[in-house]
Amino acid sequence: MELQAVLMAAGGGSRMMDLTYNTPKPLLPVGNKPLIWYPLNLLERVGFEEVIVITTKEVQKMISTDPKVKLDVKMKLDLVCIQEDADMGTADALRHIQQKVKTDVLVVSCDLITDAALHEVVDLFRAHNATLSMLMSKAHEFTETVPGQKGKKKTGEQRDFVGVDGTGKRLLFMANEADLDEGVVIRKSIMRKHPRMHIKTGLVDAHLYCLKKSVVDFLADNKSISSIRGELVPYLVRKQFSKSTNSPKVIDETHQNLKKNDSNVNLEIQISSRDEELLHLTQERSCWNDHRGDMSDAYHGGRLRCYVHIMDEGICYRVNTLAAYIEANRLAPKLFDEPAVHPSAVVSERCLIGADSIIGASCQISDKTSIKRSTIGVSTTVREKVKVTNSIIMHGVTIEEGCNIQGSVICSNAVIGRGADIKYCLVGSAQRIEPDAERTNEVIVGTDQLMEI
Amino acid sequence: MADCGEPDGPGNKDDITRSKNEGKELTKEEKQRLRKQKKHQKKQKERKNEKGPSETEKDKTPVSLLPPPQPVATQKAPSALPAPASAPIPVPASAPFHSSPAPSPADKPAKSKAELKAERRARQETDRAAKQPGSSSSGIKTKVPLSELNPVVKRLPEHVQVDDPAVVKRLAKKLERQQTLPYGASNKIPLRSDYGYKVSLFSHLHQYSRKAPLTQLLSIPSTVIHPSIVRLGLQYSQGIVAGSNARSVALLHAFKQVIRDYTTPPNEELSRDLVNKLKPYISFLNQCRPLSASMGNAIKYIKKEISNIPSQCKEEEAKTKLLTCIDRYIEEKIVLAAKAISKYAIEKISDGDVILVYGYSSLVNNILCEAFEKSRKFRVIVVDSRPRLEGREALRRLVQRGISCTYVLISALSYILPEVSKVFLGAHALLANGYVMSRVGTSQIALVARTYNVPVLVCCETYKFCERVQTDSFVSNELDDPDDLMVTRKGKTQLENWQDVSSLGLLNLVYDVTPPDFVDLVITDLGMIPCTSVPVVLRVKNLDQ
Repeated sequence: MELQAVLMAAGGGSRMMDLTYNTPKPLLPVGNKPLIWYPLNLLERVGFEEVIVITTKEVQKMISTDPKVKLDVKMKLDLVCIQEDADMGTADALRHIQQKVKTDVLVVSCDLITDAALHEVVDLFRAHNATLSMLMSKAHEFTETVPGQKGKKKTGEQRDFVGVDGTGKRLLFMANEADLDEGVVIRKSIMRKHPRMHIKTGLVDAHLYCLKKSVVDFLADNKSISSIRGELVPYLVRKQFSKSTNSPKVIDETHQNLKKNDSNVNLEIQISSRDEELLHLTQERSCWNDHRGDMSDAYHGGRLRCYVHIMDEGICYRVNTLAAYIEANRLAPKLFDEPAVHPSAVVSERCLIGADSIIGASCQISDKTSIKRSTIGVSTTVREKVKVTNSIIMHGVTIEEGCNIQGSVICSNAVIGRGADIKYCLVGSAQRIEPDAERTNEVIVGTDQLMEI
Repeated sequence: MADCGEPDGPGNKDDITRSKNEGKELTKEEKQRLRKQKKHQKKQKERKNEKGPSETEKDKTPVSLLPPPQPVATQKAPSALPAPASAPIPVPASAPFHSSPAPSPADKPAKSKAELKAERRARQETDRAAKQPGSSSSGIKTKVPLSELNPVVKRLPEHVQVDDPAVVKRLAKKLERQQTLPYGASNKIPLRSDYGYKVSLFSHLHQYSRKAPLTQLLSIPSTVIHPSIVRLGLQYSQGIVAGSNARSVALLHAFKQVIRDYTTPPNEELSRDLVNKLKPYISFLNQCRPLSASMGNAIKYIKKEISNIPSQCKEEEAKTKLLTCIDRYIEEKIVLAAKAISKYAIEKISDGDVILVYGYSSLVNNILCEAFEKSRKFRVIVVDSRPRLEGREALRRLVQRGISCTYVLISALSYILPEVSKVFLGAHALLANGYVMSRVGTSQIALVARTYNVPVLVCCETYKFCERVQTDSFVSNELDDPDDLMVTRKGKTQLENWQDVSSLGLLNLVYDVTPPDFVDLVITDLGMIPCTSVPVVLRVKNLDQ
């Protein structure tokens, strides 16, 4: 077996608490499908037959009863539960399933919606015998107004600095603005080996990583690393150029160093494989080199290599903020071919439904309603003379007559009273909006949620 | 190139051992004969289940079955049958005729050769009578003009018939048949499609694009094809493993992994099943990049080793035996051969020499480095050519050792040749008629060197010797990605939209053949031989095997 897929679905959605305080993030509806369906569909399309899903008990219960996941996903899902309050990072979760990991892993996050060609990432991983291969995409500006946001969008998002070499494939440098004190510091050893480096900042990390099995074993020994994105990836990228991994004769010294329990040492030993001499003979006889201009061999003799595939076009979203959630809802219909209006929805004849709207199953849309560029969830009731524009209505919502909803997100089981005028608001789960209310740019949530931090 | 690597039917060991025991030399025709016999027997076995044993079968492709190796006189008699070309009968019987399938393998050991021959002759007579009116209907390939001296090509290899749609369809069907698991359309080996406009003279060859790898069509945790073979295919198509020796070593390394992970399914024998398992992998690799002659020979060797495993051998034993065989093959044919060739070649390098090398040849590099270590004083001129620019890598490795080098492009060849005292060339394969197949541009170098009376020495290990015969570079070659010819300078790529210009075709050839008149000496691990002695070496090699 070549690769095992691991889906991380235990995240809390800390950046969109308004949406996730009632529904766990993996089950948020995007285009009327649970968020977790998208990465599962991606893996299935590409040809995986089983996936290890790391999630919480709550999500596990809901997944096993969710019809969409049960019916559409033909792969075998191996659900592993972790404690919700254990505050495990993604690397901790990988350590947790170390026993199940028998080959190289493909780690995907549950909030990834993309139509990327996965074979590009995996081909880099295979062809160069890389330790890490990841997917990134050019970030798109979110154009939709985000409900409940006061003032202009802050560029509070910490920037990522990603350094790649001339071909754009080899990952040379990765740091987050938060980790840098004064400026971007690049070591001389990197500059000596790769004098031309392109540093990019407008990239979105898709959180899709191909990791060698030795990395998972290394994680098992090094309990200090808890997040793949935040700690493991920068560590591996730095380790490419560290002296200890580059000289082959260090292997003898590393045997002596074992007692010191040096973490660097373990990674080095685990990288070497069987038939090393044949591979070495091949490389010696082959006339390929990944760089030119200096006297060193291919890959500068380095054993650890990290690669990245940067997507120029195509959809790639990480649904971890409200803005991303809204954008994803707009674009999700392009990813699958289902009809926009579900056959079981009861749609009366005198309503106007725009071409880019999605109506979920068992809906009831009454007369004289106008639905444009919106997503209506499952079992929602929309009464007469309602205008819904640019909004996301989740499941089980009731919208009484004469409402006007614009640019808003209405969570599940909410009730909007008649004649209400909601503009750019986020209405929390099971909330009631009183009739004839006029709300603009507000976040309406229950009092119990306000108590959570 | 890929002739040797074509999948054969499961070996009929009796036939080979019989011929071996007789101590007769197996010439090229005889080997062809044997191969066809085996193929026919396999078809016969399959058909036995459907129809009853039939004497005259209409095969889809004409199969020529010549009698087993006999003294020449008796061969003349059967070849007196009318052939489509009624030319005078050539001496080593090469006239094609239709014949019926060979006797079933069970009967073979029992009957003697004379009886078999008589049987066959009788069948041929009946066949001829039956087939006379429609004899040319299925003989597509026999329309190839017969040469009196050389055996007729019965079936052109598929990789040089890309412009014939029937052949392409057949290839697709063959890939379907080779699926490793019995169910599901997703378990097929995908067919890689050609890219771009092909120059008409080479339209019979495949031309693939590097941007459309074969892995697009495979599932990602590849179950149909072993992961190490997928990795190898990717490395071939991206050029990470390039060069005849490197490709062979990488291939054998991947096969070692395959053998390690292999388990015999119940009711199957390792010797037969493993060969069948390898066939789709070889088709896959062929599509990633056409197989080289050295790879073909290595595959033939492995298949032979696998088929020779006795059936009572336990699986673990068999696997370790195969692994040691592979290691030994690499050690003998590549590593030790390189040492031997270096030893011979160093005798030819004298102090004060100016040696010209072309492109990157791992063997020639090895020789030069060893000569330098043995303190010969010489300098090297590295000639390079676009688009591969492999000479840069050769230059780097030589300079790293401390050898003083000059670097020129091939267009400066005639300017630099007056300085040169010797030319060392590497080879991709040595063909049976003495022609050297090597990187495109080699024949130019040999030609100009001959004009300047500079000795040309070709260095080649014996495992690259190929039984093919080729006199020009058109009939069988490799077309690389035409987009490689595009150059971007200062942000502008002139040929960016070459596909839109209807009268423009980009041609990126990989190999060419050099006639033996331009080559003065071939240095092999068997010694230093003239170019025309290659068939002798081949014959000697076959005897050994």
